[in-house]
Amino acid sequence: MQIGRVIGRVWATCKDPNLETQRMLIVQPLTVELEPTGKQLVCLDAVGAGAGELIYWCRGKEASFPFLPAEVPTEATVVGIIDRLDVRRKK
Amino acid sequence: MILARVAGTIVATRKDPRLEGFKLLIIKPVAPDGKEESGYVIAVDTVQAGSGDLVIMVSGSSARMADGCKDKPVDASIVAIVDTVSLDTQKKK
Repeated sequence: MQIGRVIGRVWATCKDPNLETQRMLIVQPLTVELEPTGKQLVCLDAVGAGAGELIYWCRGKEASFPFLPAEVPTEATVVGIIDRLDVRRKK
Repeated sequence: MILARVAGTIVATRKDPRLEGFKLLIIKPVAPDGKEESGYVIAVDTVQAGSGDLVIMVSGSSARMADGCKDKPVDASIVAIVDTVSLDTQKKK
């Protein structure tokens, strides 16, 4: 799982039947210093995350597990909203 | 999942029997701000997307969860045609 920030939304009317009622968010992956890293991607939302929120997201087939027993075709899902982040840094 | 634009179609007569009846499209990944990224991907189309459409592509084993792709040799599926993309960073323009 990786840290990210919600930076936008996607709307689609014509989509897979199992994607209906799912929210799609655009997420920018971040480092632990909260610097942008890597490409922006589209994630489904399992926790009700909103614009600008710091979240963590899950990649791979496991990304569809929050929606079981429905087999939702997703390989990236927002699975948590981060309240606080503590990182020990080397001096 | 990533955004991509449909760039063309692929026709193949000899293929795995489990892929028969599927429409194969060539898509080019694009960033959410609309810039095209490098490389092309061949993806199975499950939503009847057309040339030039902005679509959402699922890759990896999740691609087999798309409508009708169960137990098929597929690692990239088109699962939605995008209507609108809204980015919070649009103010910067």
